[in-house]
Amino acid sequence: MKRLKINRDYLITYGIVIVFYVIMSILKGTNNLSSLFKGLLVPLCVYMIMAVSLNLTVGILGELSLGHAGFMCVGAFSSAFFSMIMKDSITNPIVRFIIAIIISAVVAAIFGILIGIPVLRLRGDYLAIVTLAFGEIIKNIINILYVGKDADGIHVSFKDAASLGMGEDGKIIINGAQGITGTPNDSTFTIGIILLIISLFIVLNFMSSRSGRAVMAIRDNRIAAESIGINISKYKLMAFAISASLAGMAGALYAHNLATLNALPKNFGYNMSIMILVYVVLGGIGNIRGSVIAAAILTVLPELLRGLSDYRMLIYSIVLIGMMLFNSSSKAEQWKAKFSPAKLIKKHKTVKEAE
Amino acid sequence: MSFLNYFINGLSLGSVYAIIALGYTMVYGIAKMLNFAHGDVIMIGGFAVYVCTSSLGMHPLIAVLISIVVCTVLGITIEKVAYKPLRKASPLAVLITAIGVSYFLQNLALIIFKSDTKLFTSVISIPLISLADGKLVITGETIVTIIACLIIMVILTLFIKKTKAGQAMLAVSEDKEAAELMGVNVNRTISLTFAIGSGLAAIAGVLLCSAYPTLNPYTGSMPGIKAFVAAVFGGIGSIPGALVGGLLLGIIENLSKAYISSQMADAIVFSVLIIVLLVKPTGLMGKKMSEKV
Amino acid sequence: MKRFTSLMLAVVLGATLLAGCGGNSAGSGDTLKIGGIGPVTGGAAVYGNAVKNGAQIAVDEINAAGGINGVKIEYKFEDDEHDAEKAVNAYNTLKDWNMQILMGTVTSAPCVAVTEKTKEDNVFQLTPSGSSVPCTQYDNAFRICFSDPNQGIASAQYIGQNNVASKVAVIYDSSDVYSSGIYEKFAAEAPNQGIEIVAAEAFTADNKTDFTTQIQKAKDAGAELVFLPIYYQEATLILSQANTMGFAPIFFGCDGLDGILGVENFDTSLAEGVMLLTPFAADAKDDLTAKFVKTYQEKYGEVPNQFAADAYDAIYVIKAAAEKAGVKADMDASAICEAMKTAMTQISVDGLTGAGMTWTSDGEVNKAPKAVVIKDGVYVAL
Repeated sequence: MKRLKINRDYLITYGIVIVFYVIMSILKGTNNLSSLFKGLLVPLCVYMIMAVSLNLTVGILGELSLGHAGFMCVGAFSSAFFSMIMKDSITNPIVRFIIAIIISAVVAAIFGILIGIPVLRLRGDYLAIVTLAFGEIIKNIINILYVGKDADGIHVSFKDAASLGMGEDGKIIINGAQGITGTPNDSTFTIGIILLIISLFIVLNFMSSRSGRAVMAIRDNRIAAESIGINISKYKLMAFAISASLAGMAGALYAHNLATLNALPKNFGYNMSIMILVYVVLGGIGNIRGSVIAAAILTVLPELLRGLSDYRMLIYSIVLIGMMLFNSSSKAEQWKAKFSPAKLIKKHKTVKEAE
Repeated sequence: MSFLNYFINGLSLGSVYAIIALGYTMVYGIAKMLNFAHGDVIMIGGFAVYVCTSSLGMHPLIAVLISIVVCTVLGITIEKVAYKPLRKASPLAVLITAIGVSYFLQNLALIIFKSDTKLFTSVISIPLISLADGKLVITGETIVTIIACLIIMVILTLFIKKTKAGQAMLAVSEDKEAAELMGVNVNRTISLTFAIGSGLAAIAGVLLCSAYPTLNPYTGSMPGIKAFVAAVFGGIGSIPGALVGGLLLGIIENLSKAYISSQMADAIVFSVLIIVLLVKPTGLMGKKMSEKV
Repeated sequence: MKRFTSLMLAVVLGATLLAGCGGNSAGSGDTLKIGGIGPVTGGAAVYGNAVKNGAQIAVDEINAAGGINGVKIEYKFEDDEHDAEKAVNAYNTLKDWNMQILMGTVTSAPCVAVTEKTKEDNVFQLTPSGSSVPCTQYDNAFRICFSDPNQGIASAQYIGQNNVASKVAVIYDSSDVYSSGIYEKFAAEAPNQGIEIVAAEAFTADNKTDFTTQIQKAKDAGAELVFLPIYYQEATLILSQANTMGFAPIFFGCDGLDGILGVENFDTSLAEGVMLLTPFAADAKDDLTAKFVKTYQEKYGEVPNQFAADAYDAIYVIKAAAEKAGVKADMDASAICEAMKTAMTQISVDGLTGAGMTWTSDGEVNKAPKAVVIKDGVYVAL
């Protein structure tokens, strides 16, 4: 019975995504969608996937991560690097992009495991600050990474482009702070939605799987979980790596949507990690559907506020604080309890029955 | 001689981190929240002094006092409006609200003070000390910052150990419910913590801007994060830990810039932090966490 | 309770989507719509605001004088927060507004992303300050400022040919496209000019309050000249910290250093002897500059920097090219682009940032960089 209810709940989530896709596609097909929204479709998918994947770490695993953008960064750069090298060899954009996405997921998962092994030994806020540190390290190193390709193969340097020592035909692919320029524009809304559904499928199925229940048991009571023989490190690492690889996929989608890829504080720094965390918290910790919806709203909101020009970000911050207060404060909880539709109906019924 | 110079430069940067970290650690220790808006309160403190001295022509000392008042009032207001309603909510919700407050302060400052960088005239008029024919230089700001750090640390420690309000803070930080049962007014204690933390932020702002004299709406955010790292480094919640963490962070940052690579200084600092936390999971001077069953 | 919340969120989402739909109404056709993009919030806001304001002055002047080909300009500036993705959003917003010509974007990385879109839509783009090479890689994009490699090479040549110094230290921002771009070409050209780079020290966007270590290393390496391919905010800190440390080499910078004398409260004696290659100096005595600086100060209460000047010129260049191409208000963006890109290579404009500026079809500007030195708190041409 319980199982059935969970499944119905999941179906609603998939349904929302599919309905969203169909509506957007129709609007797009009939030319009723503004350029702004057309441009926002892929970023929407990116942030929805990011929110879903972070919710796995924060909601299901119960660990606060402030470095999630670091995995996105790794995925973005690895996939864009692959696409740049293979631009001429694989001409079919869909095949090339699928391989790029797989690479981004694998590379990000490897980073997730490497970082997860030391990080997951820590607790609470200390874990949070270490993930933040890893995110910043990744950003810093990408900013001084120079990779070029010539007839002899691939050259790597951590100093500057000149020390790559490339031949005449050499081409710089990752140029330090200047990043990667000219990534093929392979991301489409359809691929984005497919990736989102895959992410949802992975996370939702994980939650109801044996491993997922083990992870949640660890979250709720680590000592009890350990005492019944659950291998804590293994399951924690598993969830963390899955979360990282999904973020890597989002990174691939991000990288192939823009012609330029730089690791700036704005897009891959701790600011972005925190922004994703905002989606998760606002949507409800552990509530996957909430993450998707919150990510969508908070991505669209600053764009809709453009009319306010100078006051745009100020209003955005006020709305953010307001939403948090409305969602979590004890006063608002009372208010909502009083006026929630379910309660009103119930009240109505009881009144009737009494009569 | 170069090494000594690098070391002293690191010390002066570290002392600024330390003084910001004190505010972080204090709020964290009692309210158990990461106040991401702390760096932006520092920026407001800097602007308050800037307006008082440059535009209104006040004496620097009066300006500093006004700035402390402004920041304290600001801190109390923020606490009342944005954090207090969430006292019973999850710590994450408060964290997100703090981020909202941080954006709000930055963008408010952007509208009021515009985006161009202002130059801050140092409020410290102690001349620099020059040793060994000018090869070794210690600025007045460094000396004042370190002394201020020590004084604040001593006062805070005394305050917490000797006064009733301080004891109440300690009680709240140990166990909120138990403290309430013992008759401690938890809400008032937390508000007081924010007031003190914000007042410290004003002092930190003045010292930060005096040592590194530029000021714009984003001045506080990066030193704020660095100081937060310093506070964790030293063991968050520990007052001497904030001082040690801040000073060490500044020194490590400058020495790695000098001897390893200036491009990778950030990565090195963060790597050291990670290693320290792996060896001592609660920071250098943090309390050992006991496991509750 | 969760359901209630998500329901509410869903309703808000639905409303926002409706609000965003159906924006494709036809343009009114009696004004020429010029859009601008740049960061007006976030850490790079100072550049975006300068461009926004500088262009506004030019637009007001042109409109007061009767417009372009008798058509008034309508000007709208969108924020990109110095982020490529937000810049594309800003571009799409302007597209919904039926923008005909784009003046932007201000910073390099977002500019490259937007160039890809303007190429796709065939919209004429003139960036005032996007200096990295790929900003103008397509034939519809032009720029007002010098490209980064040009500045790096020109700086090395100037230092070498005028025997300014032979031992040079560089302090640059390794996380910034502009700064690292100039440094790279400078380092490549330096050996050809007999310059020895004794120290190359970096800082990053996250680590730019304390420069004492970098300065100390330059000092210990015996540098006679410190090359600063950075913006003036950091340069003010470097100058004052170097002064405290008793290190007084020649400081040499590029156009990013311009604006240093305009910083409020800045002790200009610290900048004494600083040399820079810049196309614009706010203290120049010619009528055009004086008038622009005066208007800008009256309107915005600040001394304009080179970004503002670039933007002011950009609007006048658009005017010159549009007049040459015979652009009408009722033409669509693509037709305007076709006409403008040939006209751009035929015009010559005297602006704030250079006299007799001409453009090649690859988007680069031809103008002479002016080397100036700061003496007694003002720029003096060398």
